[in-house]
This record gives sequence, C-alpha cells and structure tokens, in this order.
Amino acid sequence: MFEIKFYVCTFATILLDNNLARMSNKFFLHFIYIFCFLFYGLSYSTNTLEKDESDDFDVNSMIMHHIMDSHDFHILDWNGHPVSVPLPIILWTENGLVTFMSSAFHHDDSGSVVVKRNGLSFVKYHEEIYYANSNKENKYIQLDASNHPTNHKPLDLSITKLVFSMLLSMFIILTLFRLTARSYAKSKNGEPVGIAKFTEPIILFIKDDVATPFLGEEKAEKYVPFLLTLFFFIWINNIMGLIPIFPFSANLSGNIAFTGVLAIITFVITTIVANKDYWKHIFWMPGVPVPMKLFLAPIEFLGIFIKPVSLMIRLFANISGGHIIVLSLISLIFIFKSLWLAPASIFFSVFILIIEVLVVAIQAYIFTLLTALYIGSAMEEHEH
Amino acid sequence: MDLVTPDIGLLVWTGISFGLLYLILKKFAWGPILGAVNEREQSIKNALEAADKAKEEMETLKADNEKILKEARAEKENLLKEAREIKSKLISDAEEEAKRKSKKMVDEAKTAIQNEKNSAMNELRNTVVDLSIGIAEKVISEELVDNDKQLKMIEDILEDSKLK
Repeated sequence: MFEIKFYVCTFATILLDNNLARMSNKFFLHFIYIFCFLFYGLSYSTNTLEKDESDDFDVNSMIMHHIMDSHDFHILDWNGHPVSVPLPIILWTENGLVTFMSSAFHHDDSGSVVVKRNGLSFVKYHEEIYYANSNKENKYIQLDASNHPTNHKPLDLSITKLVFSMLLSMFIILTLFRLTARSYAKSKNGEPVGIAKFTEPIILFIKDDVATPFLGEEKAEKYVPFLLTLFFFIWINNIMGLIPIFPFSANLSGNIAFTGVLAIITFVITTIVANKDYWKHIFWMPGVPVPMKLFLAPIEFLGIFIKPVSLMIRLFANISGGHIIVLSLISLIFIFKSLWLAPASIFFSVFILIIEVLVVAIQAYIFTLLTALYIGSAMEEHEH
Repeated sequence: MDLVTPDIGLLVWTGISFGLLYLILKKFAWGPILGAVNEREQSIKNALEAADKAKEEMETLKADNEKILKEARAEKENLLKEAREIKSKLISDAEEEAKRKSKKMVDEAKTAIQNEKNSAMNELRNTVVDLSIGIAEKVISEELVDNDKQLKMIEDILEDSKLK
C-alpha cells in the first residue's frame, strides 16, 4: 500500500529531523511534525473508508492526481468537462523523436484514445505514455495480474505540468535576480535600491549565515552561487506550489525526482571535493580502538548515501505532506457531504497554509544549510 | 508506488534546468550582485580604516602640536631669560661705563684744575715778583726822602696791589 509506505517515509523523516530540530532548537518544527503526523493518519483512515463506497468522491485519487505529475495542466471542471492547458509531449521512440500536444488525448487517461504519429500509436494510461497494442476489442493496454500495464514505453521527455512549472519558476527567478543585479547600477555607493532591498537581505543571509559558517570565508566564495541557486530554486518552487491557482499549484518540490536530482548534485559535489581526512574518517576513524574502527567503517560508509537520501526524502515528504494536509482538510466537506463542516475545514486549511508558508522557507533553508554542512565537512581539515 | 518512483523525464529536465539556472544566474545575477555587495563591504571597510587612520593621524598631530607648543613655551622662557640677562648686563655695563666716564671726567677736571692752579700760582708768583721788584724800586727811590712817606707809600702800593 502506498499510504503505509508514505507513513513510514514520513516517520523516518521525522526521526531524521528530530536531530536537526534539537540542534537548531526549533520548537516550531516539532509542532509542525506533530500536526503532519496526525493528519497523515487522518487522511489514511478516511481514504480506506472511502474505497468501500465506489459511487462517492474519491479523495485518494483526487489528492494523488494533484500530487503527481500530469501531461496537461488541469485548471478546473466546467459542467463536468475538464478545462486544461495542453502541454507539449516529447517522446524518444523506436522511430526517433515524436512530438505532439497533450490535447491530442482529449483528456483521456485510461488508455482508450490512440494518437498515431510517425507510424506509431500511443495511449496514455495513469499519466504514463505507452505504445498501444493493436487488438480488436479497443483494449490498447494490456494489464498484468497486479493491474500494471505490460505495454512498452517510449522515453518520455514531455513538458509536463511539473516541467512547465519548473520553467516558469526559472523565468521568475531569472527575472527577479536580473532586476536585482541591474538595480545596483542605479544605486549610489552600492546601497540596495528597489527590488534589491527585498532580495539582498536573503542573499546576504545565505552568504553570511549559511555558507560562511560551514565552509569558511575563502571556500564559501566558490560555493555561494551554488547555494543561492539551490535555495531560491527550492524556495520559489515551494511557494509556487502553495498558490492554488493556474499557473501555479504544481507540486514540483514535493516530487521525488526533483528533490532526488538536487540531492544527487549535493552528493556529487561532496564526493568530488572530499579530502583525505574525509575518507579517513569514514573508513579508518582516527582516535578509536581498532575494533571500533571496524565497527564504524560500514556505518560511516552508509552515511555517505544516507545524507543525500535524507535530503531527498525530507524535502519530498514535507512539501507533499503540506499539499496532502490541505487537500485532505478541504476533502472533509465532500467526505461528510455537509456544508456545515466547511467553515471548520476552511479554517484549518488556511491555518495549515499559513504554517506551510513558514515550512516551505524552513525546508529550503534546511536543504541549503545541510548541503553547505556536507560540503564543508567533506573539505574540513582536522587537527589531531 | 508512483509517488516514490522518480520519473526519468522530470529527472532529466530538473538536471538541465538547475544546471542552466546555475550558470545563467552565476554569470548574470550572482556575479554582479555579490560583486556589488563585496565592493560595498570593501568600501565600508576602507572608509572605516581611513577614519581610524585619520584619527591616529589627528592624535599624532595633537601630540606634535603639544610638543611644538611646549617647545615654543620653553623657547619663550629662554628668550625672556636671555633678555633679562642681557638687560641686566646692559644696565651694569652702562653703569660701569658711566662710572668709568665720570671718574675719567673727574680725573681730567682734577688735572685741569691742578694745571690751572699751577699756572695761576706761577702767574701769581710772577706778579708777586714783579710787584716786589716795583715796590722795591719805589722803596729804594723814595727811601731817602722820608721815613713816614716810605711807610705810607708801601701801604698804598699794597692797597693797590690787593690780590684780585
């Protein structure tokens, strides 16, 4: 079951973050986790209940549909018809590159509409594009015993909802900081004017309070651009996810592929810049007896991978969790089929959203801080 | 399930996007921004250093001034002292000179007086000699006439030749 998996994931994250919370004495973080924990439980129980009544509003699939990626940007349903923005589908197939707009599927996600391009036919099933099987009963998707399609898949490089959202965030970030950079030309004595008054304190915060303490004055200079990009990329995407109207609301920073790539970048940098001391502390810990060295080596070795994995899961679970809580609270109205519940439901979802505003900033900060910490510890010169 | 299975397409796009974003921002945003910030920090640092330096210079100047003032004061004292010395010396010299001069004058006067006296004495002696000779002549010429007359004549002569 996915829910249980998710439960475990979140629990693991909570355990990981407990250390962090104690370290930075952030009482608020605990508070948020307790809430998340309660509401995951709630959404889990309501979802299982819901499955018995097939006719009813399916909270689970609604939430999952929102959390996951899709090939078109769904805005709303009008008179029972979905209204969505079509996005380009880019496929690397047996016959080379194939591109068409997602509107060719006519909102179909059950594998019943076939799109023929370059002598190949494609169907979309649960937001995955498959090669269509040609058979007479209009069943283009072949399912196995556990309801997984057995069809082959082309390499899907489509501009999906999340990719679109990412490109939009890039545009916003580039505009924001290009304007900031240009504003300095107008200022006297280099004091911040205009938009720089807003962005400069954050930039200086990352530079002076995140990069410098962990990397040191000299090395920090090299990594500040990376850390700034990382922080703003995560933060802006987090914020965009919180805004519930088109063209925002995509759960990009709560997607494991997104957080995974960022964690991999951190892992690669950490591994490349690591000095002799770093490896020595992993494989042959100095200053402890030999049996202890042998005992610590595998743990420390696993630590190399656990660190980026924890980065990946922390961001993924926190942001997805936030989206799930808000949607679950809104869904309460539909689950109980009562308008009387709406005020409470909306009150709680607004409350959670306000907390989320804080959480998304904290998560972007934590990701950046830990990245700086990992890179810094890999380059640290130890004196014994 | 799907939620924890990374999608290849998104992996690729995220990698490309982040890489591009990093390169573009580094060149066109972080570079100029951090440059401006560093420049400003540097200029503030320089200004502070300059202020410190100026303060130091001012202190040394102040110390110099005091030193100069002290020296000037000492010189003034010296000058006054010298002037006083010169004054007293001048006075004493003048006094001495005056004394010497007056003494000389007195001496000269004394000598002159002596000389005058001597010449007067000589003249007197000559006059006395002349008178005596005249008297003697008259006495001798009238001696034979009358004794009384002789006496009266002598008295007259003496009366006439009273020392002027």
